[in-house]
Amino acid sequence: MPIAFVLNFLESIGHSLYGLFASIGRIFIFALKAVSHILMPPFFARITLKQFMDIGFYSLPVVGMTALFTGMVLALQSYTGFTRFNAENAIASVVVLSITRELAPVLAGLMVAGRVGAAIAAEIGTMRVTEQIDALVTLSVNPFKYLIVPRIVAGTLMLPVLVLIGDIIGIMGGYLVSVHALDFSVGSYLKQTYEVLESADVISGLVKAAVFGFIVTLMGCYHGFNSGRGAQGVGAATTNAVVSASILILIFNYVLTQVFFS
Amino acid sequence: MSADSKNVPMIKMSNVKKSFGDKHVLRGVNLEVQKGESLVVIGGSGTGKSVLLKNILGILEPDEGTIEVDGEVTTHVRGRARVELMHKFGMLFQGAALFDSLPVWENVAFGLIHGEKMSKAQAREIAIEKIQAVGLSSMVADLFPAELSGGMQKRVGLARAIATSPQIIFFDEPTTGLDPIMADVINDLICQSVKELGATALSITHDMASARKIADKIAMIYEGEIIWCGDVKELDNSGNPYVEQFINGRADGPITKHSDYARKKTA
Ligand SMILES: Nc1ncnc2c1ncn2[C@@H]1O[C@H](COP(=O)(O)OP(=O)(O)OP(=O)(O)O)[C@@H](O)[C@H]1O
Ligand SMILES: [Mg+2]
Repeated sequence: MPIAFVLNFLESIGHSLYGLFASIGRIFIFALKAVSHILMPPFFARITLKQFMDIGFYSLPVVGMTALFTGMVLALQSYTGFTRFNAENAIASVVVLSITRELAPVLAGLMVAGRVGAAIAAEIGTMRVTEQIDALVTLSVNPFKYLIVPRIVAGTLMLPVLVLIGDIIGIMGGYLVSVHALDFSVGSYLKQTYEVLESADVISGLVKAAVFGFIVTLMGCYHGFNSGRGAQGVGAATTNAVVSASILILIFNYVLTQVFFS
Repeated sequence: MSADSKNVPMIKMSNVKKSFGDKHVLRGVNLEVQKGESLVVIGGSGTGKSVLLKNILGILEPDEGTIEVDGEVTTHVRGRARVELMHKFGMLFQGAALFDSLPVWENVAFGLIHGEKMSKAQAREIAIEKIQAVGLSSMVADLFPAELSGGMQKRVGLARAIATSPQIIFFDEPTTGLDPIMADVINDLICQSVKELGATALSITHDMASARKIADKIAMIYEGEIIWCGDVKELDNSGNPYVEQFINGRADGPITKHSDYARKKTA
């Protein structure tokens, strides 16, 4: 009996590992196909422009709010912590470095995964279930070019823009709390911020943002495109899109940090 | 192959098989549709009629067998060649499958704008013409599909299928959900598309009145195979008990004895 139990256990691990590698392979092929279609005409310019608005412009409030409060809380937390070591002067550096290198890209990526990734998976999944994707094919339009390329291009290009704006708003949030609530002098706070910040910090954050934008839109498109049948299938696709994008963002964030700063 | 083009059928399926898991939907379909002919496929619900059309269109890939379109083997054609091939086809989906992000006229004009690269203004004109041809007022052109009734959506789907004047048109249950008068308008429209455009039509219907009106030939699918195919005039003397039961809509007969129906009754 115990041996049978162990064997069963190993078998189920084997099955899920096999499933994991199979989906990684499928996602990889899907990504290659999407990228190859980005490079080959025809292009759908008007539809891509609409995605720039949907993914970029309409995500501004969410990303802006996230950055603002993150910057503010960062200043507050480091103040309460750093006063114990008489290191209050480091607050400006902590805020500016954490925001540009880590928090703005990761939090913006996660927020956009919830907002945009879910919407993409739900929309494309519904189109799959109601045969609209099949209809595209019968009308001589490649669904990869019409549906997937515009979203991935918009996501990859717009997330860095969002993060750059988030950087500015986040630093401003830290500044507001430091100067107005914690009584720092305007001049020394700004001077510190300016001195510690290097272009590499900002650029590394923007590169991360581009990768996260690609991941979010790719996951939305992949899960929507391969959605199961019925409302249940679309629901599962949406959940999977958000969960897988979030986890991949965290993994790739670590990998990219390692690459940039070691 | 296409040298002797008169005898080459427009669509030829040889021993086409398609399964989903252990559900064997098509089990060796053999079917020919000649150029300019209108063939109607009849058969019970869930017997694989829609799957049959999707195999010819390449939306589904057959597990076995070959499909020829106009003398060319197209069974596994993919990518750019498939997109080119699709210019020959128009398809009315069973659930209409309209793009709900686009207004009605852009749905109808979609193939003209993106497939044939026509200007938007010109495509809109043709779209409105087709919308009127399916018995809708030009007022609906700027509505969105979600604002239409099921029957109206079906007619927009029909307008979209014929908008590019394709050589081969598939109609998946064109008259389901329509009132009898509108159903007859659609029947006339299908006959007209076939006769005036010289198109080849392959339709699916449960509506026997419609089948008799639009068909040159009728084929019946049962248990994944075409069990009878003949001229519409022979339909009433087919001598096939399955066909007889189906066209007379009787609850008692060979179909209900052998299949799911019997299993459902006992369950
Ligand atoms: N993508 C798919 N995946 C799994 N099973 C499918 C798929 N498409 C169709 N089927 C199954 O194949 C069978 C035939 O489906 P199909 O839609 O062709 O029936 P039909 O003859 O068109 O029926 P109806 O007259 O009700 O439209 C059904 O049992 C259906 O569940
Ligand atoms: Mg069907």
